[in-house]
Amino acid sequence: MVTYSGRMSKDEDRVFKALADPTRRFLLDLLFQGDGRTLTELESELEMTRFGVMKHLRVLEDAGLVVTRRQGREKLHFLNPVPIRLIHDRWIDKYTERQVSALADLKTKLEETG
Amino acid sequence: MTTTEMQNLTVQVYQVFIKATPEQIWDAITKPEFTERYFHGVRSDFDLRPGGHYRQTMGDTDQLATQGEVLDADPPRRLSHTWTSLYDPEMAVEEPSRVTWEIEARDDGTALLTVTHDQLERAPKTAESVAGGWSYILSGLKTVLETGEPLAG
Repeated sequence: MVTYSGRMSKDEDRVFKALADPTRRFLLDLLFQGDGRTLTELESELEMTRFGVMKHLRVLEDAGLVVTRRQGREKLHFLNPVPIRLIHDRWIDKYTERQVSALADLKTKLEETG
Repeated sequence: MTTTEMQNLTVQVYQVFIKATPEQIWDAITKPEFTERYFHGVRSDFDLRPGGHYRQTMGDTDQLATQGEVLDADPPRRLSHTWTSLYDPEMAVEEPSRVTWEIEARDDGTALLTVTHDQLERAPKTAESVAGGWSYILSGLKTVLETGEPLAG
């Protein structure tokens, strides 16, 4: 059985892995520019086989970065930015905060000695 | 972000897994004492019947942030309502859009929350505004339910 904390880090692994590929980052940028696109529309922007694009989209979907919706006979792909927000809140905020406080400390030190 | 960089925002879909029961998530969406902790400080007020009112007020004031009408309420699974942004005069005159919350329980103790904000064709300013906000709100909602603490800052 997968515990929740195990599941959470697994979810994060999937997001980082999905983002660690230039084609997949390009696909996310395409959806950012124009959301709700079909496979055919996305494929036309890439020098890659349809199967290759499908594989990348599947990785993005498994990571929760892309959500698909059926609309009539078409399957539309939507960018879901929430996992990136969660990574931001969990990782980026934490470390940039320290940097800012380190700079604040440095400023205090410099002003004390100066 | 400018409108030329971000186009086709007429349908927006957001998803997040939350370690909580569907009932807890439902309460966090519909009860003002919860929403003020993650939804930019606004208090949501729903009359959970088709045709019932939906409104959000800013903090303790009577000032309306958004308002609309409940289209469909099926606790704790599905809630759909119209949405007009009132926090900006240019958005307030746009046509109402639609927000749908769907909660799906998983067998690992989590639930998948999907928010779809659509029918934004005649509300381009609202579309652009909420596109930056929903992931922040859902991340905050997850934090409130999983830790009991609102997001710092």
